[in-house]
Amino acid sequence: MASALINVPARAKRGDVVEIRTLTSHIMETGFRRTAAGDLVPRDIITSFTCRYNGTEIFRADLFPAIAANPYLSFFTVARESGKFEFEWIGDNGFVSTASASITVE
Amino acid sequence: FAATPAHAATNDKYPEEAFRQKSEADAIKALYGKTAEPSDKIKLDAPEIAENGGVVPISVTTTLDKVTSISFFVAENPNALAASYKIPDGTIPSVANRLKMAKTTNVVAIVEADGKLFSATKEVKVTVGGCGG
Repeated sequence: MASALINVPARAKRGDVVEIRTLTSHIMETGFRRTAAGDLVPRDIITSFTCRYNGTEIFRADLFPAIAANPYLSFFTVARESGKFEFEWIGDNGFVSTASASITVE
Repeated sequence: FAATPAHAATNDKYPEEAFRQKSEADAIKALYGKTAEPSDKIKLDAPEIAENGGVVPISVTTTLDKVTSISFFVAENPNALAASYKIPDGTIPSVANRLKMAKTTNVVAIVEADGKLFSATKEVKVTVGGCGG
């Protein structure tokens, strides 16, 4: 199963802007490449990513073959309350990967 | 490209139509249904020269108000649309990711703010392409 690296500050002050960085392991095969025998390698990419903060969706991405292998994403949100960030990646061939991280807001 | 798996379609609202467009102008139109105007309130960070077109770090930040979405397009890739981000209220309009680029071309960032489209463009020189084929 694919593994994900999540970087969320463990604690923050209320109202602070926090950076969330995520990295998933995935080949992101474009579907444009051919094998030595000339066969097209089928597309295998992550097509969408969502991040929820205590159940509320704060970020959503639709991804396409032009995203590099092992998709890295960084975005920012405002720390409002202690709780949990939940991340979900969905891709071709039934790929699903989830991860979560918690934050303490003071 | 006909090998697109069927279940990609079940992924709700995935903009297949916009993705299939070859040129970035067509893709922008298919995704948003309008055209963009250049804005100096968008900061697009990309390398001048990317030695490896397979991993090109791109980031965009903007000082525009009421941003609802940000998208990246690579003009001369086989399909121009690279990524599209939804920015709900309260999330800072700033994202970074890594793109694949087939060859030296323009990277276009589109920011949808207050119902209007704004764009920033930067040329990235690619030494080794990242789309294979």
